[in-house]
Amino acid sequence: MLHIVNKSATERNSLDSALRMATKGSALLLIEDAVYAATKGSVAAEKVQSAMADVQIYALGPDLDARGMSARVLDGVKVVDYGGFVDLVTEHNSCQSWL
Amino acid sequence: MSDMMDDMEEGGEGVVKKFMFVNRKAPHGTIYALEGLEVVLISAAFDQDVSMVFVDDGVYELIKGVNTKGIEVKDFSKTYRALEGYDIEKLYVEKASMDARGLTEDDLIVDVTVLDSNEMANLMAEQDVVISY
Amino acid sequence: MKIGIMVSEGPYNHQASDTAYLFARNAIEKGHSVPRVFFYHDGVNNSTKLTQPPQDDRNVVNRWSKLAEDHGVDLVVCVAAGMRRGITDDILAPGFRISGLGQLVEAGIQCDRLVTFGD
Repeated sequence: MLHIVNKSATERNSLDSALRMATKGSALLLIEDAVYAATKGSVAAEKVQSAMADVQIYALGPDLDARGMSARVLDGVKVVDYGGFVDLVTEHNSCQSWL
Repeated sequence: MSDMMDDMEEGGEGVVKKFMFVNRKAPHGTIYALEGLEVVLISAAFDQDVSMVFVDDGVYELIKGVNTKGIEVKDFSKTYRALEGYDIEKLYVEKASMDARGLTEDDLIVDVTVLDSNEMANLMAEQDVVISY
Repeated sequence: MKIGIMVSEGPYNHQASDTAYLFARNAIEKGHSVPRVFFYHDGVNNSTKLTQPPQDDRNVVNRWSKLAEDHGVDLVVCVAAGMRRGITDDILAPGFRISGLGQLVEAGIQCDRLVTFGD
């Protein structure tokens, strides 16, 4: 299953909820303001890093670029473009957007 | 009528998918809870395997003792009781979300199944369609 | 693969409609089909032809109309949500139509995936 989070982890709890419900082997894609959680030095980075053992974390590159965050991405986070976003949706049997 | 509906009539008949509606928003502050409920009611007409789950602030949608007169807004909390009449009987609440808000099953307006986070995660993972608001 | 989309927020205020559009366009470019986009909640506000963004900005509404024209995407505006917000047939941009919530459930049944974009 693919979990999609679009809100900043320092504003909302949607990243926490997504990580709580992400089963081992599932994927989590950070888009829009959620991409800040995938950057070094963010208070949310620790959560993302500890989740990586069980869940593959992705971040949407164009959203990182638009926010000036591309050079700060945490090791282990895979950066994808919109085509990669589409692939993630098709490769997983379902998806949930944590609005 | 759209081409898609034509496709559906040709090929989609008899398909039963697992639909999960994920409620994560408190009522009244935003319209998501009310309009989300409207989707669930409509889904009943399609004979799908529907689950409704309440996570995070979504558990506040089910609270007893609501009085919306003062804010001059319709009290739709009673509609949750009508779900059974639409054969929507799979209502799940995450225990951690209730605990974090000082709530128990006794505070809720309908009978629900309480799941721990792992059980909720597994239930979500086995769905075909997850719709969230 | 058939990918259905739900958009739950209006244009400009949130990024949801932009992300949904770019996702849809890329899905089509990759050879998938997007049979339907369902506009719900404030998402119904994506459908009005009265929108006039500044000339140096993207036109969110027109982009959806063009996607519908070029690729046959069915742009459905929820009737109940639309009526609440003053969206009627007279102000619909090309490619949009107003219909019931059943169209969302149907997209969930008919499509291989359903992806929601919102706040």
